[in-house]
Amino acid sequence: MPLLDIENLSVTFATATGPFRAVDNVSLSCDGGDILSIVGESGSGKSVSMLALMGLLPFTATVTADRLEFDGRDLMAMKTRERRKLLGRDIAMIFQEPMSSLNPCFTVGFQIGESLRKHLGLGRAERKERTIELLSLVGIPSPETRLSQFPHQLSGGMSQRVMIAMALACNPKLLIADEPTTALDVTIQAQILDLLADLQKERGMALILITHDMGVVAETAQRVHVQYAGQRVEEQDVRPLFESPHHPYTAALLSALPERATKHGRLPAIPGKVPGADDRPNGCLFSPRCAFTTDLCRRSVERQGAEFGHALCNYPLEQGVPRGHPDPEHIGQAMAEMME
Amino acid sequence: MSMAQPSDETPVLRTRHVGGEEPLLVARDLKQRYEVSRGLFRESGTVHAVDGVSFDLHAGRTLAVVGESGCGKSTLGRMVTMIEEPVEGTITIDGKPLDRSSAEMRKAVQIVFQNPYGSLNPRQKIGAILEEPLKINTDEDAASRRDKAKAMLERVGLRAEHYQRFPHMFSGGQRQRIAIARALMLNPKVLVLDEPVSALDVSIQAQVLNILMDLQDEFGLAYLFISHDLSVVRHIADEIMVMYLGKPVEVGEAETVFNRPRHPYTAALLSATPVADPFAEKNRIRLEGELPSPLNPPEGCNFNPRCFNVMDRCRKEEPPLETMDERLCACFNPVDVKVVGTA
Repeated sequence: MPLLDIENLSVTFATATGPFRAVDNVSLSCDGGDILSIVGESGSGKSVSMLALMGLLPFTATVTADRLEFDGRDLMAMKTRERRKLLGRDIAMIFQEPMSSLNPCFTVGFQIGESLRKHLGLGRAERKERTIELLSLVGIPSPETRLSQFPHQLSGGMSQRVMIAMALACNPKLLIADEPTTALDVTIQAQILDLLADLQKERGMALILITHDMGVVAETAQRVHVQYAGQRVEEQDVRPLFESPHHPYTAALLSALPERATKHGRLPAIPGKVPGADDRPNGCLFSPRCAFTTDLCRRSVERQGAEFGHALCNYPLEQGVPRGHPDPEHIGQAMAEMME
Repeated sequence: MSMAQPSDETPVLRTRHVGGEEPLLVARDLKQRYEVSRGLFRESGTVHAVDGVSFDLHAGRTLAVVGESGCGKSTLGRMVTMIEEPVEGTITIDGKPLDRSSAEMRKAVQIVFQNPYGSLNPRQKIGAILEEPLKINTDEDAASRRDKAKAMLERVGLRAEHYQRFPHMFSGGQRQRIAIARALMLNPKVLVLDEPVSALDVSIQAQVLNILMDLQDEFGLAYLFISHDLSVVRHIADEIMVMYLGKPVEVGEAETVFNRPRHPYTAALLSATPVADPFAEKNRIRLEGELPSPLNPPEGCNFNPRCFNVMDRCRKEEPPLETMDERLCACFNPVDVKVVGTA
């Protein structure tokens, strides 16, 4: 049984202009020891789906799911009080903006100690000892002096290390990292990613890494889950995903990366933009931007099996060629256009 | 390739493509300092944001300035755009020194900022945004201003009917196009691009980079491209300048520097940039520690506390920027590594 098992999770926000579905029937499972990466552009619902799991969404959000299980326990049926015992202890999360995620009014030591007190009931001396241990674990030099410092005395990289120390305080089984390095410089990003990967391996915990950076995915993840406009469009292991993406969106996203294009050449950009609340198309949500769209795509879309990475596409790509596409001539044209 | 140093004492990169041609913009020995208050009872400190930077910009070519936050790359852009005046050093365009009071000069250099959500006035219509530079700097009448604005909208891939709309009706990528259009209204010669695509999603980033490359071809613009994203820089830049704590550490043609970095910091920066290829063979160089406080830079080479190739000499003396292996590099003990296996 997987550690985390989510089936058909949907999140709908009540907005002034009517309901908006930010996450649309997303299924996902994650085992202990896995590094699962959720990639997508802004507005793809990658953060919202994990916030829903953590129960951190505002009251305007309605969360539904056929199954939402962690470690064999049903989170949907659980009482809030019971769920809070789990969160921060067995499931922990770190956020994108380390500087604004820490409370500026309390010392680093106090903030890390908080979850030790709440969840594990440790006494003052034990807490101090454990906090120092955690800070040195995440590579903070002279942890004893850091304990009494406030967040404004730390740099961005140090704050993110403190966030990681907080998340690891109770030895979680699952760590969710939401764009943990986006706000950091590249050399610091490399340090933090290495740290996360090492800790994950050492402790055998599951890591869900939410990111928009394909480079980070390629270097860190084992399995990748591509999200577009709130839907899961593809799921594959990292190597086959980069080698042979099955969904046209994944393929287009990869070829839009400057490092995959010829120098000074035109980048194969994806035309248009991610659909918002008021311009959601019928059928496949990617159809207005897809090079291989047919009338069928504008009406409905079918999910493929595991052999095509569960791609949410009527004509999944097989080595770059859409399978079962009714109009081969159109394909040639579309591919030429993309290459242009 | 003629890499010989120019007659004055500052070494500047001379590349083969532009050997004979006069550079459009010449910057020599730029320095910018800021006074920083350190509290009521302590003396204020001085930050050397930019400390001795020289470069040439040529029409139709792109110089990328890369480095991490606090390295002075944005300050450099602000000095070139005359938002700030350097405390030392000179910038000339076509041989004439930059002068904020001259309309001619102001027209020649324009800037595009990082965040298109912050750089467009939400209360102005797109038309008004685009026409403002013309209103201030030229005496064209309303009709010709409007025609120019509409033509420019089409040029950057928007439609003329967007003229009447407000910024909130546009997505991030479209807003950045508007910001680019605004910068081009005065037919500048030099465009400073301060992290123009960092705030955009990958698919939108590609659209904007394509437009920037097209416009450069069409108008022969010189770009000063400020960025921290090395994969974008590698795609778009002709020359690259790597900065660390206000000083250039390596300057050269982009391919030369990317293929075989000599400065340890450049090598580390390249190695730290994630490569979107799970099969890539990577030479991992991990830097310890963080950027030192610019208020209190280390003795000797700025990079010595984090350098993996440090020698005793680096802690005492500051390495000068010298010609080395078809580029300029400021290091006593340069490295010779190939960082990434893929192109």
